[in-house]
Amino acid sequence: MERYYQPEIECASLDQIRELQSKRLVKQVQNVWEHVPMYRKKMEEQGVEPGDIQSVDDLHKLPFVTKDDLREVYPYGLLARPLSDCVRIQSTSGTTGRRVVAFYTQHDIDLWEDCCARAIVAVGGTKEDVCHVSYGYGLFTGGAGLNGGSHKVGCLTLPMSSGNTDRQIQFMTDLGSTILCCTPSYAAYLAECICERGVRDQIKLKAGIFGAEAWTEEMRRDIEDKLGIKAYDIYGLTEISGPGVAFECSAQSGMHVNEDHFIPEIINPKTGEVLPDGEKGELVFTCISKEAFPLMRYRTRDIGILSREKCSCGRTHVKMTKPLGRSDDMLIVKGVNVFPSQIETVLMNKGYPANYQIIVDRVNHSDTIEIQVEMTAEMFSDSLSAVAAKEKELVDALKAMLGIYAKVKLVNPKTITRSEGKAVRVIDKRNLYQQ
Amino acid sequence: MTVKQISVFLENKPGKLAEFTDVLSDNKIDMRALSLAEAADFGIARVIVDDVYNASTILKDAGYVFSMTKVVAAVIPDEPGGLSHVIKTLGDSGVNIEYMYAFTTPKKGTACMILRVEDVAKAIEVLQKEGIRQVEQEELTEL
Repeated sequence: MERYYQPEIECASLDQIRELQSKRLVKQVQNVWEHVPMYRKKMEEQGVEPGDIQSVDDLHKLPFVTKDDLREVYPYGLLARPLSDCVRIQSTSGTTGRRVVAFYTQHDIDLWEDCCARAIVAVGGTKEDVCHVSYGYGLFTGGAGLNGGSHKVGCLTLPMSSGNTDRQIQFMTDLGSTILCCTPSYAAYLAECICERGVRDQIKLKAGIFGAEAWTEEMRRDIEDKLGIKAYDIYGLTEISGPGVAFECSAQSGMHVNEDHFIPEIINPKTGEVLPDGEKGELVFTCISKEAFPLMRYRTRDIGILSREKCSCGRTHVKMTKPLGRSDDMLIVKGVNVFPSQIETVLMNKGYPANYQIIVDRVNHSDTIEIQVEMTAEMFSDSLSAVAAKEKELVDALKAMLGIYAKVKLVNPKTITRSEGKAVRVIDKRNLYQQ
Repeated sequence: MTVKQISVFLENKPGKLAEFTDVLSDNKIDMRALSLAEAADFGIARVIVDDVYNASTILKDAGYVFSMTKVVAAVIPDEPGGLSHVIKTLGDSGVNIEYMYAFTTPKKGTACMILRVEDVAKAIEVLQKEGIRQVEQEELTEL
């Protein structure tokens, strides 16, 4: 039998949901109008006043917020509460110039953890479970979110964080972990290690909650087969709260958006026009319950489709597909957001030509990123160690900028294809966004 | 008393070295010596050629990244201990050798060591003092 963490809202009728959304939206619009100068300015520019927003039907009248807006007013510009009311920050994967710092009041943490608790219960979690959280802990929202959700459900929580695979497997076998939470690529890696060591019969896992990066149905089946579990998707972003903005249920066919807190819309990324359910476009979220950092009509740049088809699990919240792509050039590599422009900045700073190519691939379910750079006479010398030192300097600078290791490959001049018009900077061989 | 070595950046891929040597042969450049140093993804081909100025123009036109380095070319007798004498002389004078390679000359009984050193002036001086002959750029054309 399907179980729910908060059945009254997770299975509410569409009318009830809309009524709740409208009530919260009206209040939130008034709140940001009064407390966030940037929202007031944006609304005034658009000719909208709080009085124009009477229900969710008026949502489309509000201006959008973009990542550039966040950067412009970093760090405090979007705070809707005094800093003294905030108890926590979380941040996106430390990328210079693009970093997002999100603020939370205790109320915000509670509702975020509720969302994660819904996801855990949806995969069959109860207080009898041992929830093994191998998302990174720290500024990254993965560890904190699932950790909190696991507490709310009453699971025995193992705050493993990422890495140290030997220890992960040891705890899994010794303490009988039943639910695994981590990125899908790490789950695949763990599955492989468990099979290689022949300890699969010693693990008690039954379900996994895997998110923070794109993964395919093949990868899902592979992890499920290797670990003998059900693998579920979870979606979220730091700007909106973290994991748990949407989560998969037993139907494993799309993720229910926690729309009592986050109203999703699909828009045409070029025109900003709202598209009807079933059409593909950019996902936009409006935070109607959050206090400290309530983003309104935030453009995620993730491409997806919303569906209100009746779900076999009994939940009534709208479902979104896995992200089907991006409407900007952002890459997600090892769960970290990477913009080609960041790589370009490093190359320019280090005196390399701006002609480069980024090759992203997935080897053994793990992302790799290689940056091909053309060698120049200035960088070159007859000494191998001198050239290697220059190469290492570049690798280190990229690591500092991106937060992940990127392989640098020096190539002969003029070997990177010059395309006519827009350069092809990124070759993503992963094929993650299947339709 | 030095010769010029051309060092060329080559990607570590099948056929890249052949492409490079073809460029030289198509332009009638003769190599006296070749040494390869390799990292994971790239290598450096260091060559001594008969006509260094012509070679550099050709490589530039062909789009290669390369550098020119002054190296010492010491003539050694082709017999046991011939090399030891040279490197011991340098070592005793505190001249550090970064890398070296050799080629034999048409003149029977002698070989030529190409020495890449930090302190070129000092290397020349101490080798001269020891009576070790060094080849000059012009000689390479005639070898």
